[in-house]
Amino acid sequence: MRVWRAVVLIALLALAALFPVLFPNPAVDTVAVLTLLFASAVTAWNAFSGYSGYISIGHAAYFGIGSYAVAIMCQDWHVPGGWLPFLLLPLAGLIAVVFAIPMGWVALRTRRHTFVIVTIAMFFIMQLMAFNLRSVTNGSRGMSLPIPVNWGGAFYDIPFYYVGLAVLLLALTVSWWIRNSKYGLGLLAIRDDEDRARGLGVRTGPFKLTAFVIAAFFFGMVGGLHAYYVESIFPPFAFDPLIDLMVALMAFLGGLGTLAGPVLGAVILVPAQQYFTIWFGKPGYYLMIYGAMFLAIILLLPQGIIPALRARFMRSEALAGPLRRGGDEAMGGAALAGDGEGEGGGGV
Amino acid sequence: MSLLQATGVRKAFGGVVALEGCSISVEAGSLTGLIGPNGSGKTTLFNVMTGYESVDAGDVVFAGQRITNATPDRVFQLGIGRTFQLTRIFPRLTVLENMHVAAQRQGLAALFGRWSSSKEHARALELLDFVGLTKLSDVPARNLSYGQKKLLEFAYVLVAEPSVILLDEPAGGVNPTMIRYLTERIRALNERGVTFLMVEHNMEFVMGLCDRVVVMNHGVTIADGDPESVRSDPRVLEAYLGA
Repeated sequence: MRVWRAVVLIALLALAALFPVLFPNPAVDTVAVLTLLFASAVTAWNAFSGYSGYISIGHAAYFGIGSYAVAIMCQDWHVPGGWLPFLLLPLAGLIAVVFAIPMGWVALRTRRHTFVIVTIAMFFIMQLMAFNLRSVTNGSRGMSLPIPVNWGGAFYDIPFYYVGLAVLLLALTVSWWIRNSKYGLGLLAIRDDEDRARGLGVRTGPFKLTAFVIAAFFFGMVGGLHAYYVESIFPPFAFDPLIDLMVALMAFLGGLGTLAGPVLGAVILVPAQQYFTIWFGKPGYYLMIYGAMFLAIILLLPQGIIPALRARFMRSEALAGPLRRGGDEAMGGAALAGDGEGEGGGGV
Repeated sequence: MSLLQATGVRKAFGGVVALEGCSISVEAGSLTGLIGPNGSGKTTLFNVMTGYESVDAGDVVFAGQRITNATPDRVFQLGIGRTFQLTRIFPRLTVLENMHVAAQRQGLAALFGRWSSSKEHARALELLDFVGLTKLSDVPARNLSYGQKKLLEFAYVLVAEPSVILLDEPAGGVNPTMIRYLTERIRALNERGVTFLMVEHNMEFVMGLCDRVVVMNHGVTIADGDPESVRSDPRVLEAYLGA
């Protein structure tokens, strides 16, 4: 079991590392870059929303802040196109953090549905600011980013692909660490019963805010990378509410609160979006399919793909022979009947 | 010596006054029962003493330290553990993970470590053994029976080795065998020096276990003494029977 897991993990890593070599088609690589960007964002989002249960529909605000941060830094510091702008990404993440600390502190005073609404409201406030703070953002005329003139043709996607992959691996490492740490256990306890967790010494306020801010950091980096990739940014696209919906949908499809679920969700839904856009011949029509998919997921796979697969796997294992877990037969059966959502993350 | 003390506590929810000048003193090493009719303010007093409710007036003192309006996490870290009337465990975590939530660590760096250190692990297993849940340690807590959940809540409160434990209706909805089992566990802990304050409607349980009983009615304590004298106190009879 453990060996198989390692083999699958290495194979996936090798595939990810060699993907642009195996598929040199620029159209395919463009989809791959977008997939990596979304996978990173969803993984980070899940480390906050999936673990703590606080569903944020406003983290795209930090995507937008990261986009503008990179654009403004490149403009003011006259950064040429090439590898240099990539070095600004951690800085873009930190700028997102500066915004996320007070915004998160306010938003996290509310819970559940109220929290969702507050995050949405904060997102639109940021979008309005991007439209109206013309001296900073250039308003609706948007901003241009430096163009890497030497990266012509098929090579253009390659640097973005590998930087995107590095960001994803970093996000996965952070998410894995949180899931296995004392800190992450505190977040899961908050998800299940926040007041009870407080009564057991979990400092819920700092715990929630830290996760909120970590997710914002990654959204800032991803936003900056995306801005550089598409070369120009405008308020409605840098601050795009669809990003929030996509991120949430990907996490729910793959498995909220699991480690691999968000990546799986992105790998399925980003290419699907591109495909539908081409298929319908008009952008935006895929949203109807997405709406239908969202309903289907909630009805058929309320826990997402990974937990559903895990439950099925464990059930068949239980039928096949003696239980791995030392407990007696009847108790093990009861355990397996559960959805296993709480023990997410351990699996690949 | 009084270990946990509330003096002149007032707590009102809008126009409803739950506690009005309520005072209680819990002796170190005692098994104190807190009884009273429904709505007399017992749970509110628990909430005030454990930081879940702020007070309008009055003071709560624990081991010489003022803890009035302290936060629940702070109260727990100081050494007051509690269980809830409606048992509250973490349903999607396993029994063992539930145990680890309460394990306290000092310093920020400790949070970066894995959720179970070997020492904490051993302690968690020891306590699960103490309440008889060892076999279920990898089971999601939601799959436990009601009585098992009560035992789990009891066990994880013990993880941090609190000096006082407040039990809110530990025997409510639990079968007689489980009640006897719980009584034994409470006695064993008390012999090791743990102080208990418990709210309970099961008189047999309270009178058999506690060495001191405090009676509340309408937000104040009306009687206080050993089980025998409280049982025959006319004020208590009046409160319960409304005579």
